[in-house]
Amino acid sequence: MKITRRGFVKGAGAATAVGMVGTPFIALGASKKVVVVGGGTGGATAAKYLRMADPTIEVTLIEANKHYYTCYMSNEVLGGDRTIDSIKFGYTGLGKHGVKVVNDIVTGIDAKSKVVKTKGGKSFNYDRCIVAPGIDFKWETIEGYDAKVAETVPHAWKAGSQTVTLRKQLEAMKDGGTVVIAPPTNPFRCPPGPYERASQIAHYLKASKPKSKILILDPKPKFSKMGLFVQGWKDLYGYETDNSMIEWRGSAQGSNDNAVVKVDGGSKTVTTGFDDEIKADVLNVIPAQKAGAIAFAAGLTNDSGWCPINLHTFESTIHQGIHVIGDASIAKGMPKSGYAANSEAKVCAASVAAMLNGQEPGTPAYVNTCYSIVGKDYGISVAAVYRLAEDGSKITKVSGGLTPTDTSAEMRAREVQYAYSWFTNITNDIFM
Amino acid sequence: MAYTTLKKALLGALVISASSAAFAADEKKPLMTGASATMLSNTCAGCHGTYGASSGPATPSLGGISNDYFIETMQGFASGDIKSTIMGRIAKGYSEEEIVAMAGYFSKQKFVPAKQPFDAAKAKKGAKLHDKYCEKCHAEGGSTAEDDSGILAGQLVPYLQYTLADYKVGDREMSKKMKKKVNKLLKKEGDAGIDALMNYYASQQ
Repeated sequence: MKITRRGFVKGAGAATAVGMVGTPFIALGASKKVVVVGGGTGGATAAKYLRMADPTIEVTLIEANKHYYTCYMSNEVLGGDRTIDSIKFGYTGLGKHGVKVVNDIVTGIDAKSKVVKTKGGKSFNYDRCIVAPGIDFKWETIEGYDAKVAETVPHAWKAGSQTVTLRKQLEAMKDGGTVVIAPPTNPFRCPPGPYERASQIAHYLKASKPKSKILILDPKPKFSKMGLFVQGWKDLYGYETDNSMIEWRGSAQGSNDNAVVKVDGGSKTVTTGFDDEIKADVLNVIPAQKAGAIAFAAGLTNDSGWCPINLHTFESTIHQGIHVIGDASIAKGMPKSGYAANSEAKVCAASVAAMLNGQEPGTPAYVNTCYSIVGKDYGISVAAVYRLAEDGSKITKVSGGLTPTDTSAEMRAREVQYAYSWFTNITNDIFM
Repeated sequence: MAYTTLKKALLGALVISASSAAFAADEKKPLMTGASATMLSNTCAGCHGTYGASSGPATPSLGGISNDYFIETMQGFASGDIKSTIMGRIAKGYSEEEIVAMAGYFSKQKFVPAKQPFDAAKAKKGAKLHDKYCEKCHAEGGSTAEDDSGILAGQLVPYLQYTLADYKVGDREMSKKMKKKVNKLLKKEGDAGIDALMNYYASQQ
């Protein structure tokens, strides 16, 4: 169905708009059941904001884990400035909003009969389903790397036990060791993440193991916030000098010269597309990504491995009644970031609440704000405000941009404090 | 208050005259407008807290803010008159109507004082200094928005410090009255006076 804003504005004046707009939404007085699949940033936000928008909506959130570890700020755990417990969140806060939280694994979603099925053998009926699948890895893109090898050669791209493993390996490494980081190809979760990770590890090594090196073997010719990271690495870690702690090797467009194509987990040796063999003391391989497993099980993905959606409602363009938000969705114009997932979840929740009440969804508004902490008192950011194109084709950036390269040390220090505030407030906004 | 009424009238005029100014878009495609105040304001929560109640450490709370002060500040960010880290980049993305809508939303929310450490002796001294130098514009111990000045009591202290630092070096322009009072305070009490004030605002929880 086509949703027009004009229709919404016309209908908005009438409380019982359901008859007027004549859309095939459910009748007033009927049940309003939403099942949210996945309790990460997108899913938890959507569950809470649905209840805030309309407390008569029955919201069930199904999540496999008892706790969620945020990926954002997990690089500070690697750098040693933060504990793993400081990025750990539970679901009691959502309960206070009246969200029913179920600890189970979703195995399938039947779009026709509108039922979510779990490993625990339960079935949940819904009027609308919101799926926040997160990411999964394309293990097959790197020879010798899989979920088993990742236990000792962590990707640490889903925060939690692997973050702890990687931190322990850094702590155990001798001074003078080499840390190899292999970032993924585009598109992937948290585009500046691998480079903030290199920065945070450098921050640790500079203080504790100053003879060590970090080598980034990148399948890409450039990366997010590149100018600002390079500037920060020069300011803090001697980048591009003989004594540089960080070395970045990119690959020209269309080549995989410096991409990791093979991993030997036992010896922590990687092979690049150019056939270089490099032995690491600590090895962090972040494989190429795709939508989380449930997206595939529910048939919500297209050939790209991600989920095509209506950018206004986040409803799947494959299966009606199922909405997909966060990293797994193809939110054309928005990055795969935590703030974007939080913002998308709010747009989706508002749209779903409107639709369940027989109204046309209102005009959406989206924002992304993303900080990276390069070192002590050294924060950088990218921010943007977006609007939806009237034809629904793109979430379009209307303002924003990066920290200016000529900003002062004082402003960079403030950005760190604002990054910490961002973390406190966004996690409260999601889980509390 | 006559001053407030005048300021309100001026702001109103500014909002109307600027309301037709289109935001700068990346592309030529027509974009949707008319998002609700709640929809717009919810996008701020990731940094400023749900309902604009910030848990800090630094990003200011917006809940309970003066409607006019919000508009004035957002306009200052957008024009570059008020120095900022990211707010200048963000404020440019909104039309005047949208800024007014968000001002309406946040001014109706509750101000939640931040839980912050403070030194009781300094706070006591700060209370006296506030009465002497600040109370005229930041009334009721800096806790009210009705005077259309920023809420100081219970606001995040790092944010107050940043703002005052910007005022001091001229990166943000003080009103004549404020300049007079701040200079007097600095001359008599120095940075210790500012520190006492900060402890006073932190103590109001």
